Amino acid sequence: MSILQSLVKKEMLHIFRDRRTVTITLVMPLVLLLLFGFAISTEVNDVRVVAVVERHTDGSRAIIERLRANPYITFQGLTAPGDVDYLLRSGQTDAALFLREEGGRQSAQIMVDAANTTVAQASTAYLRSIIAGPGTVSPVLTNTLYNPQLNSAYNFVPGIMGMIFILICAIMTSVSIVSEKETGTMDLLLVSPVRPRAVILGKLIPYFLLSCVILAVMLTIAYTVLGLPVSSSIADVILLSLVYIVLSLSVGLLVSAIASTRLTALIVSAVVFMLPVIMLSGMIFPIDNMPEVLQWLSCVIPARWYTAAMRKLMIQELGLEYVVEELVILLSMTGVILLVALKKFNTRK
Amino acid sequence: MENRDNAISVAGLTKRFGSFTAVDHITFDVGRGEIFGFLGANGAGKTTAMRMLCGLSVPTSGTGRVAGYDIISQPEEVKRHIGYMSQKFSLYGELTVKENLRLFSSIYGMSAARFREVSQRLVKDLEMTGMENTLVKDIPVGWKQKLAFVSATMHSPEVVFLDEPTGGVDPVTRRKFWELIYKASSEGMTVFVTTHYLDEAEYCNRVSIMVDGKISALDSPSALKEKYHASTMDEVFRTVAKDAVRTE
Repeated sequence: MSILQSLVKKEMLHIFRDRRTVTITLVMPLVLLLLFGFAISTEVNDVRVVAVVERHTDGSRAIIERLRANPYITFQGLTAPGDVDYLLRSGQTDAALFLREEGGRQSAQIMVDAANTTVAQASTAYLRSIIAGPGTVSPVLTNTLYNPQLNSAYNFVPGIMGMIFILICAIMTSVSIVSEKETGTMDLLLVSPVRPRAVILGKLIPYFLLSCVILAVMLTIAYTVLGLPVSSSIADVILLSLVYIVLSLSVGLLVSAIASTRLTALIVSAVVFMLPVIMLSGMIFPIDNMPEVLQWLSCVIPARWYTAAMRKLMIQELGLEYVVEELVILLSMTGVILLVALKKFNTRK
Repeated sequence: MENRDNAISVAGLTKRFGSFTAVDHITFDVGRGEIFGFLGANGAGKTTAMRMLCGLSVPTSGTGRVAGYDIISQPEEVKRHIGYMSQKFSLYGELTVKENLRLFSSIYGMSAARFREVSQRLVKDLEMTGMENTLVKDIPVGWKQKLAFVSATMHSPEVVFLDEPTGGVDPVTRRKFWELIYKASSEGMTVFVTTHYLDEAEYCNRVSIMVDGKISALDSPSALKEKYHASTMDEVFRTVAKDAVRTE
């Protein structure tokens, strides 16, 4: 058995004997995907509405009828104008609709609890369309492409994958290398005839394989349980993900070259990589809405480019030629980080 | 003069970290098959010196040869001919006794056939029969130390470096550990050992005492005791090291 094979085998045994880590590594992607796919939804439904009607007319009755019928709205009934303030304040209702007739024309006012802006905006939009009614045809036709049901799981899958790989690859690789430094086994390897290259590859290969398993698991869930469109771009998705996995492994290697204790490695990986990945990758918060400084900052976050490219490939079902920019950026980042990490690693001698 | 018969031969070896001189022009020779004790207080520069000899650290100036190879220009050759056991107990805890031995045999380029032949004997020598498949993290410290020694020496290196090999080990196990060292030495292996236990210094053929990066005394234990009018190595050490400026 060659030296590299022995090192890879050793690392594999180490990974799989540590039951807790393996469990976390394999279960975490599942939980996160399912959590974001099902539980966390940015859609607003079940808006509670009360109405205040000065005098019933055909118009107001029609509007109330539509309120009752709308599946996104829970109509809580009519109330007196004086109670509205109390109901909104105590959180018993989300919005109040005031209807009155002035000179034969129906006029309306919406009062909404804007403590949660997302809910406020959505409920206002619902109420507006209900007041407008089917009679007045909206002049704007909206066509939601690529994700016709506006399913938020579609939006989250690429982001979650971007996060998971950084998490698993960077944290696990850096912690495992640094722990060898801490226990002194790294010294044993470095005084042995084993070349530093083999030591590094012996670390990276097992985590690369583990990441491939995770990739397979996540894609399976995305395409079956979460129902993402299966298209001809699967090969491209896998290719892009493999590039991103190698990038994440390089990040882990770099962290391990800088950190000297497991705790430092963990904190560096978690704080320096995790938070920006969640905040700035565009996974949850759209990058275009950020202040310009943060938009620039987001450019150095690998997950930003991966997430963007994955959205194009997985949701828009575009071909690889549409993600050339992202792919080139990811590849150059990999090159630079890997070079710096290897240089750092070798100067230890 | 450089003697080709020496297992280790060092001249003017120096290591500076910025303005701090960790190891300051040390010069000594260690003959083949000798047990050489490398003593010094914490921070005296023992570990740094040893790391240079093992090719883990590049000297700032000076020369050194280990097992006949230059430590500056031929570190890869040096590594092939030495064994190293570090200060912290260091083997892979999640691997079994046998898996650890197999890993190190493969790292030092032993064939599978040779490993099978050697490992049987080693396990018996260590009185560890029946424990081959126990995870290393589950075996007692004393056994771990012995196992680490065997891992460092099973490829029969010319020189083995032991960095405080008996730290935290009970006297009985320490005694047994030194029996292993004697056995290795009798087979022609040169043993270079740092230690904090001065009773262990008595077991060495020759001893050097480092103070503040320099070698302040170097001779056989009996000659040192005579020179410093001391009855034990402990007294010798305290006399030599009393002027040390550096502390940890």
